[in-house]
Amino acid sequence: MKPTARGRFRGSEAANGLAMISPTAIYALLLLAAPLAMIFAYSFMTDGYLQIIPRLQLCNYFGPCHSYKIVDGVMTEAQTYNGVWTDPLAKALMLRSLIISLVVTATTVLLAFPVAYFVSFHVSPSKKSLWLFLITIPFWTSYLIRVFLWKVILGTGGVINTGLMELGIIHEPISWLLYNANSVVITLAHAYAPFAILPIFVALEKIDRSLLEAGRDLGESPFMTFERVTLPLAMPGVISSVLIVFIPTIGDYVTPLLVGGPEGRMVANLIELSYKKLDNYPLGSAIAISSMGIVVAVSLLFLFLNRRFLKGNKA
Amino acid sequence: MKGGWFRVYTLAYLVFLYAPIALLPIFAFNNATTVAFPLEGFTAKWFAKLWEEPELHRALRNSLIIACSSSVLATTLGIFASRASTRYRFPGKAGLMGMIMLPLVLPEIILAVALLAVMLGIGMPLSLFTVILGHVLVCTPFSIAILSAAFQSLDQSLEEAAYDLGETPISAFRLIILPLVMPGIISSLLITFTISLDEFIMAFFLAGNENTLPVYIFGQFRFPQNVPVILALGTILVCLSIALLATAEYFRRRGIAKTGGKDTGGFL
Repeated sequence: MKPTARGRFRGSEAANGLAMISPTAIYALLLLAAPLAMIFAYSFMTDGYLQIIPRLQLCNYFGPCHSYKIVDGVMTEAQTYNGVWTDPLAKALMLRSLIISLVVTATTVLLAFPVAYFVSFHVSPSKKSLWLFLITIPFWTSYLIRVFLWKVILGTGGVINTGLMELGIIHEPISWLLYNANSVVITLAHAYAPFAILPIFVALEKIDRSLLEAGRDLGESPFMTFERVTLPLAMPGVISSVLIVFIPTIGDYVTPLLVGGPEGRMVANLIELSYKKLDNYPLGSAIAISSMGIVVAVSLLFLFLNRRFLKGNKA
Repeated sequence: MKGGWFRVYTLAYLVFLYAPIALLPIFAFNNATTVAFPLEGFTAKWFAKLWEEPELHRALRNSLIIACSSSVLATTLGIFASRASTRYRFPGKAGLMGMIMLPLVLPEIILAVALLAVMLGIGMPLSLFTVILGHVLVCTPFSIAILSAAFQSLDQSLEEAAYDLGETPISAFRLIILPLVMPGIISSLLITFTISLDEFIMAFFLAGNENTLPVYIFGQFRFPQNVPVILALGTILVCLSIALLATAEYFRRRGIAKTGGKDTGGFL
């Protein structure tokens, strides 16, 4: 009997692989893909106060929008609000979130590179795991309390101010350290440090050390070797670091709330407000989708600008 | 000395990384309600107060239930996915793995509101169970990252030898593969437990009227007089996390050594 196509598929490697991955994939489909699709759909629907009215509209994104109350099956207009891209506050917060997370990304990756370089090039192989472990530990320990402690460090009665006053360097506490965009940047740069270090470290580890020797043998200075050999080869790691820091920071909720003050609020705070306080899911979804759109657009642009470093590195 | 300036820089960087954690015990044992310098003497009363907070005990109980369930579920899902991705080639692999790993980079607030919207949509009441659903989603990518390293370094000929000796795929998995990746599994359980115990956003959106430990802590930040107690709690949590992570790291390394792989370092 000739095996049918279906018979060949069953028991094949592809079928085994798909069967093996299916529990996890189905979980992700149901609790990740479907919910994301759902808020995408919500962002085009009408707010009916604690319920969603499936009437499609674009006003959650553009233009004034109405929310309704349904009493005895009769829809009455309840409130008017601005869509995301016509609301000055939402636009300002999205722009600020974007700027803050760009600054955080640049700071974190620049500060992280020398650390990754040191661990990869100057630490003996047997000690590398220990160093990486030391670097990752703070990342796993109580995020909320770590953020709160930055308040203690940066505040007017905080460690930095009292320290500098003790030393006589300043006489008045510095007030611009806390409750603004600066403190948000410092705290986030701290929180995402290991995320930035590890991808760069992995890329540096992959570099064939004989290439560096070749560079030196051909008469290049250590700096030129770094610029022309090490850095281009480390770029895939740098690019992953940038994305892995940039994408989550734009949606950070706790840090802006605890150390940001009114000037440091970010878009996540607005999403929370729309969802939890205002119960306006369509608007909240539109803000969430818009900010994800910004993240994706910036990330793609960044990848496009760096495409030459990624060629042949599709492994 | 190897590294010169790079070593100095890296040590300074470590000071930056550890500064907040180092301050934690200092203020937890400080005999003052305000969290500021100068210090005002040693006390353990903030730790003693931890026993008098029934709300905290309930939050702790909830967090432990959530963390135990999430770590077991996430590691189970992680075993399937990492086994599939390291052992088999199949169509759509990159896409499926990309989707599964997405929570690693996606802002948690987006995941949280999306799940909240779904729960509202299907009319499921918010409870510890909904938090577990969210935490499994967040923890699974980390589990896969750890387990992939364990499965990757596995020699496929061991499995083939088992088949030749008459084992079925299931018994071969149980007798050969499972013992070899066991350290990775333990490491994954510990790490995902730590992540779930510390996770705030999902719990904040999905716990309904229940508290988890981080949600409780977040609530207490509004009351300045309660802050020292929270720092005492934080000190205990940090010690616990470090102990869990050190154990996880020990098992991760043992696992890699056991299967003869090369240690590339790090969990991610």
